[in-house]
Amino acid sequence: MAIIDPRHAAKQLIYERVFRSATLGAAILVLLILGGVTASLVHGAWPAVTHFGFSFVTREIWNPVTDEFGALAPIFGTVVTSLIAMLLAIPAGFGIALFLTEICPPLLKRPIGVAVELLAAVPSIIFGIWGLFVLAPVLQRHVQPWLIAHVGHVPLVGQLFKGPPFGIGILTAGVVLAIMVLPFIAATMRDVFDTVPPMLKESGYALGATTWEVMWNVVVPRSRAGIVGGVMLGLGRALGETMAVTFVIGNAHRISASLLAPGTTISSAIANEFTEAVGDLYTSSLIALGLLLFLITFTVIAAAQAMLRRLERRGGSAA
Amino acid sequence: MNRRALRKAKNRAFFALSAVATLTGLACLAAILWTLLSHGLAGMSWHLFTEMTPPPGSQGGLLNALYGSAVMTVLGILIGSPIGVLAGTYLAEYGRRSRLSTVVRFINDVLLSAPSIIVGLFIYEIVVVPMGHFSALSGALALAVLAIPVTLRTTEDMLNLVPVGMKDSSAALGAYPWRTTLSVLYPAARSGIVTGLLLAIARISGETAPLLFTALNNQFWSTNLNAPMANLPVVIFQFALSPYKDWQNLAWAGALIITVTILLLSISARVLLALLQGDRGSGP
Repeated sequence: MAIIDPRHAAKQLIYERVFRSATLGAAILVLLILGGVTASLVHGAWPAVTHFGFSFVTREIWNPVTDEFGALAPIFGTVVTSLIAMLLAIPAGFGIALFLTEICPPLLKRPIGVAVELLAAVPSIIFGIWGLFVLAPVLQRHVQPWLIAHVGHVPLVGQLFKGPPFGIGILTAGVVLAIMVLPFIAATMRDVFDTVPPMLKESGYALGATTWEVMWNVVVPRSRAGIVGGVMLGLGRALGETMAVTFVIGNAHRISASLLAPGTTISSAIANEFTEAVGDLYTSSLIALGLLLFLITFTVIAAAQAMLRRLERRGGSAA
Repeated sequence: MNRRALRKAKNRAFFALSAVATLTGLACLAAILWTLLSHGLAGMSWHLFTEMTPPPGSQGGLLNALYGSAVMTVLGILIGSPIGVLAGTYLAEYGRRSRLSTVVRFINDVLLSAPSIIVGLFIYEIVVVPMGHFSALSGALALAVLAIPVTLRTTEDMLNLVPVGMKDSSAALGAYPWRTTLSVLYPAARSGIVTGLLLAIARISGETAPLLFTALNNQFWSTNLNAPMANLPVVIFQFALSPYKDWQNLAWAGALIITVTILLLSISARVLLALLQGDRGSGP
C-alpha cells in the first residue's frame, strides 16, 4: 500500500508546471523569432520604404554617392541565377533519384546516397571558394567560349550568350547554385519515390512496361506533390544562398541581357555592402533588400512545406 | 517487334542519363574535396594552430579564428539547443495535436530553410544596433537562432520513436510527465537527440553570412565576448578574395579544416542514427 505524502505531491505538481511552462515557452519562442525577424526587418527597412516607395522595386539605379537605391538589379539577379540553378538541378536531381531507387545495385545504394547527402553538408563558403578558383576558370576557358561561338549567333537565344567570357557572372553563379541545391532535390525526390507502394509498380511491370515506363507513368504521377515540394524547397535555398553566390557573381548592380555578364543578387549585395554602408538610407535600403528576400523565400518555402505536408498526410491515411 | 526494341532503347537511354547525372553529382563532391585537399594540405603547418592571422605579406596562422569559431559555435549550441530540445519536447509530449503545435511545426520547418543572412540582419537589428558595436555575443546569438530549428526537429522525431509502453509504464508508477520525460524519454532518445546536436553543430560551424555583420572579424587575439571576434568562415571569406598569396593559402587551409570537421560531424551523426535504427530493427 503506497502512502502518498501530500507535500511530495504538491512539489511534484509544481515541478510539472515549471517544466511544462518551460517547454511551452520554448515552443512559443520559435513563433516569436519569426515575428521578431519580420518586425525587425520592417523596422530597419522603413526609412527606405517611405523614401522610395514602390519605386524601390522597379528602379535599376544603385548609387551610394547620390543616395539613390533601387532593387531591380538584385531582384533580377536572384531570380535569374535561381532559374538557371533549377533548370540544371531538376533534371539532374530526378536522374539521381531514379538511379538510386531503380537502377543502383543494392550494395552501392547507401554509399552513393550518403555521398549525395554529404554534398549537402558542405558549407556554402566552400562552394564559393571552389566556384571562384576552380569552376569559374574552367567555364571561362572551355564552356563560355563555346557558348559564345556556337549559340551566340542564334537569334533571340544568342542574346543570352554574348560578350566576353569573364568566368564569373550570372551563369557561373547559377551553376554553383545548381550543384548546391542538387542534393536537396535528389534526396527529397528519392524519399518520395520510395513511398510509392511496390504493388503499383509491380502492376505496371505485370503489364509489360519497362522500368522507365513504370517510372514515368506510375511513380511520377503518384509523387507529383512531393516532387514539386522538393523542387520548391531547393528553390528556396537557391534564392537565399549568400556566400557561394557572393564569390562568383561579380557584384555589378546592373541588368544585362547576357548571362555571361557579372550581376548581383539580393543576398550577395547585402553580404558585400552591409558593413561598408555609410548613411542611414544606404543601410536601410540593404535591409529593405533583406525584407524582400525574406518575403520571397518565406512564400516559396511555406508553399513547399504545405505541399510536402499534404503528401505526408495522404501517405499516413493510405498506410 | 520493332516497337519493343524502341521501348527498350528508350529505357536504356534514360538509365544512361540517370547514371550520368549521378556521376556528375559524385564528381562535383570529389572535385571539391580534391581541390580542398590539394590546396589546403600545402598550407597545413603547425603555425596554423599557434599564430594569429597575419597582416598581408607576413607569415601567420589561424589561431584566433579557430578559437573564435569554437567559442561562438559552443555558445550558439549552449543557447540554442536547450530551446530546441524543450520546444521539441512540447511538440512531442504536451502539445501533440494542438493548433499551437501545428503552427510551431510549420514555422520551424520554414526557419529550417530560411536564408541565414536574414538571421544575421535580424540579430544586427535587435542586438548590434542597441549595443552600438559588433560583438562575439551577437554572433553566437545568430548561430543559436540557426541551431534551434535543427535540434527542435530531431528532438521531436526522436521522442516520437520512443515506444508508448515505456511512457505508460512510467505513468502507471505515478510519475508526472516531467519525471517521465527526464528519467525515461530523454535517456531512451539520447542518441537521437545527440544526433540532432551534432547536425546543429555541423550546420552552424560553417555559417558565414550571419556572422558578417554580427561578430564581424578581428585580426587579433580576443576573448572579449563584447567585442568583435575572429572566426574561421569570415576569415576565409576575406582572405580568399584578397590578392595576397599567403592570405589565400591560409584561406585554403582554413577551408580544409572547416570542411573536414563538418563532414566528420555529419558522418558521425549518420553512424549514430544508423546504430540507433539497427537497435530498433533487432528488437522484439
